[in-house]
Amino acid sequence: MSAGGSEHGASAAPFSLRRVSALVLRYGYLLMGSWARLLELAYWPSVQIILWGFISKHFASQSSWAVGMAAALLAAVLLWDILFRGQLGYTVSFLEELWSRNLGQLFISPLRPYEMVLSLTVISLIRTLIGVIPAAVLAIPLYGFSLFDLGLPLIAFFANLMVTGWALGLFVTALLLRVGLGAESVAWMALFLIAPVSAIYYPVDVLPAWLQAVAWSLPPAYVFEGMRAILFDNVFRGDYLIGAMLLNLLYLALGGLTFMLSFRLARRKGLLHQLGE
Amino acid sequence: MHGRASGASPTVRSSLGRPALANLPGPVHIAPVLQSPPVIDVRNLCRRFGDVAAVDSISFSVAAGSVTGLLGANGAGKTTTIAMLLGLLLPTSGAITVLGEDMLRHRYRVLGRMNFSSPYFDLPQRLTVRQNLTVYARLYGVRQIGGRLSRLADELELDSIMDRSFRGLSAGQKTRVLLAKAMINEPELLLLDEPTASLDPESADRIRGYLESYRDRTGAAILLASHNMPEVERLCDQVLIMQRGRIVDRGLPADLVAKHGRQTLEEVFLDIARNQDRSGRRTSGAAA
Repeated sequence: MSAGGSEHGASAAPFSLRRVSALVLRYGYLLMGSWARLLELAYWPSVQIILWGFISKHFASQSSWAVGMAAALLAAVLLWDILFRGQLGYTVSFLEELWSRNLGQLFISPLRPYEMVLSLTVISLIRTLIGVIPAAVLAIPLYGFSLFDLGLPLIAFFANLMVTGWALGLFVTALLLRVGLGAESVAWMALFLIAPVSAIYYPVDVLPAWLQAVAWSLPPAYVFEGMRAILFDNVFRGDYLIGAMLLNLLYLALGGLTFMLSFRLARRKGLLHQLGE
Repeated sequence: MHGRASGASPTVRSSLGRPALANLPGPVHIAPVLQSPPVIDVRNLCRRFGDVAAVDSISFSVAAGSVTGLLGANGAGKTTTIAMLLGLLLPTSGAITVLGEDMLRHRYRVLGRMNFSSPYFDLPQRLTVRQNLTVYARLYGVRQIGGRLSRLADELELDSIMDRSFRGLSAGQKTRVLLAKAMINEPELLLLDEPTASLDPESADRIRGYLESYRDRTGAAILLASHNMPEVERLCDQVLIMQRGRIVDRGLPADLVAKHGRQTLEEVFLDIARNQDRSGRRTSGAAA
């Protein structure tokens, strides 16, 4: 131990919850430091649910067939937002380090890259919950729709969508490590690349055959099909859940590997101390 | 001249007799112990970027309790060298041992025992100074964080800005906060890039005094990259002059001044820079 009272043994340890919590605290300070920032997190999901809620209501008033669709549409909006917020919470937190030219400072500390990944994961979960819970609660009195009525499967859907968001977040942060803020827009757009084949608002069989194959190679299609199976047929499809989980494990592993390779490449090319505004 | 080359014991300068620094434990000079293993030992270090050798087979060592100055014009290879010492950049070849550990294999064993400050590395802008220092104290495993922060605030005169956001600070205040971050773990090895850039002369003088005092108190080694020659003469026991990726001269500041028949280290630096420019032009002229 140094005169300063730091634990050298602990700083050399390959994993430290204290370092992970330090970085979570850093993002927490950022969130708690601004009410506007907190409100913004909840603002867009709430606006989405209000907008889609009235659209669903309108359709339901025009056709009895559309009555059943309304719940599916609202559930889809909320679940899609979980995925979107999960990925965005991950990459925006990483972008904060680039915007503030702090990445070099972090990586000359004992912080390991995988500890940073875990911190980003935790803060992404927190940001998603802050964003989506108010919208989900808002839908109950406004439209008589409760996402929580999905019961236990909701936890499975939520977990799978969050993991998909983190996997995508890992790929995007790997890209940001490689090319810096030049790829900033990718952080915002990446998820929309897979939106058309995620079967959010329509079933997979609407897609052309070759796109169906693409859709079934992505976890969100399993989640949204699973959601529709519960809402329309009152059936929980375990096979969809397993499919989503297996694919998520694969993408998460690939994302982690890509991030670590990108980190190593950044060290080789000397990018870590140059990234930033 | 305030250089350490004369072998005089470092003393806290009169301008440092203000309460903050006077509160530091009294100066106990731990002289560089050449027999003990060096804190930094660099052997044949090379870093190429394509055809350009940013660092070209340099070797040097830094003893415990010493201050080493790394001098050179822009593009000489100082920042690249420091980036490799910090593990941010992998060398093309060569070996780096820091605090007895191979930096290429076991950098995490020593990162908690060293630290770095540079005006080119910022801290999160929207966080307050206290929040930033708390985060880094936790990252470095500092115990009794509140006490450590109070002491740093006192020593570096940060009390009045601890609860202000980093973004709103002046350049000089930021420099002091960055130094506080670098001192958060009381490092055994402190790497500094332009530690007094953006500071007014009085603040810069205080920081130099603080660094001297810290070195004397803890026996830490300091590697300092600076363009401020009086600062280097005052603080450094050893100077390495880099040019085009190579160490072209080295020694005690006073010895270098005497060797080149000059009055100051700045004149020595300019001599070397201009000679190199002339030889560079001759080489390129011959090549043309």
